[in-house]
Amino acid sequence: MSRQRTAAAEGMATCHDCHLLVAIPGGDDHGAKCPRCHSALHFRKPASLQRTWALLVAAVVLYIPANTYPIMRVTSLGRSQADTILSGVVHLLEGGMWPLALVVFVASIVVPLAKLFAIVHLLISVQRRSPKKPVERTKLYRLTEMFGRWSMVDIYVVAMLAALVQLGSLAQVEAELGAVFFGATVVLTMIAAESFDPRLIWDRRGPERPHRPPSARGAAEGRKPGRDAKTAHVRKAHG
Amino acid sequence: MAARAWTGAHDGPPHLVACHDCDLLIELPPLADGAAARCPRCQYVIGRGAHETIERTVALTVAALILFVAANAFPLLTMRASGNETEATILSGSRILWDQDNGGLAALVLLTTFVAPLAHALAMLYVLVPLGFGLRAPAAADVFRWMGHVRVWSMAEVFVLGVLVSLVKLADMAEIVPGIALWALGLLIPTLTAAMATLDPDEVWDRLDRSVEMDADPVEAPRAPEAVRPDGEAAP
Repeated sequence: MSRQRTAAAEGMATCHDCHLLVAIPGGDDHGAKCPRCHSALHFRKPASLQRTWALLVAAVVLYIPANTYPIMRVTSLGRSQADTILSGVVHLLEGGMWPLALVVFVASIVVPLAKLFAIVHLLISVQRRSPKKPVERTKLYRLTEMFGRWSMVDIYVVAMLAALVQLGSLAQVEAELGAVFFGATVVLTMIAAESFDPRLIWDRRGPERPHRPPSARGAAEGRKPGRDAKTAHVRKAHG
Repeated sequence: MAARAWTGAHDGPPHLVACHDCDLLIELPPLADGAAARCPRCQYVIGRGAHETIERTVALTVAALILFVAANAFPLLTMRASGNETEATILSGSRILWDQDNGGLAALVLLTTFVAPLAHALAMLYVLVPLGFGLRAPAAADVFRWMGHVRVWSMAEVFVLGVLVSLVKLADMAEIVPGIALWALGLLIPTLTAAMATLDPDEVWDRLDRSVEMDADPVEAPRAPEAVRPDGEAAP
């Protein structure tokens, strides 16, 4: 492990938006801007753990009313029936539409819960500086980012049913409060996943200190001429 | 030596990159077309050997945009029940939510099924079409940067699943006819996926770097810092 160097330990930051590797002389990334795409440069996403925790807690809090309140109300011939996410799945099962029930169950219940647990696991393991299974945890993070969006299926179903079934007193579908909370949960978990920095999984493993201020000289040009002179023409940051 | 120093240099000697997911410094060798380099530590794909992908991406994006227009111009689903006929389009979902005083949900549906996909496709064309001629559109770097953020909120593929679930759910109670828009959306998903798989953002950034500003103002100073431009303004 000791031969593996990270960009941060060498006083370099990867632009989050355009992936340009930029040397930040002095090791202070405050106010540094990417010379190529002008976005703010950071060695690590700023206050990543705090932000992710805050968004996650908000998502968990909203997840409770998202499941207890109905997400839609179906009015048909004077009879009105409100469905929560779970009761909607149960109704599909009772109606014998089990493939559909499975799709809705996975998208609306399994994916959001798995995502909440995955982010909690990542946050706690990073805070405890766990050295265990970093590759698997990095992959878990990528999966979380990739599949979180599929929870939106139920929101779209509500929107489509509401748009189609509008026969006034004869039959009508309305979105209910639960759908609002559920939509907010999905959005918050997506932003939470985005604000988590997977590089933290690797930072906390060894004695390597990511935020160690490197010498201004070393970071800028040809630190180890024998190895880097050919390759490390790294740009300097603005400002 | 004409070493290119930034990520995405596809030829020339190896260059230094940092893994996006674990920050490991890696000397990336030139990659053959179709090859991919993975981080030895966390297996993130740090580079793809893709050359001249911009023209293909533009073609696929234009196709996606045409399909998007079709998907919006025709009904997705039509329901016939007790002598009535209702049509649902992509936009009518958010409109009806708005009418039901559910502004937040209406905005979320509008953003993820209409605004974000459209903005994403238009931004791609805005950046990539001039770039194909070696030109840089005004604020192209900013547009391309924001495109990456918009992309996350473009959920056409999830929406298609939602429409299909609605279709099966209602098929029991009423006659549901899938509309042209559903087929257009069905074709849009693989087209968009192909466009995004073809696009190599590193190549775009690399070419943005070497491109010439459209209607370049002679008074304006050069955009990039002079310290590290090994190959200057060389046209591609």
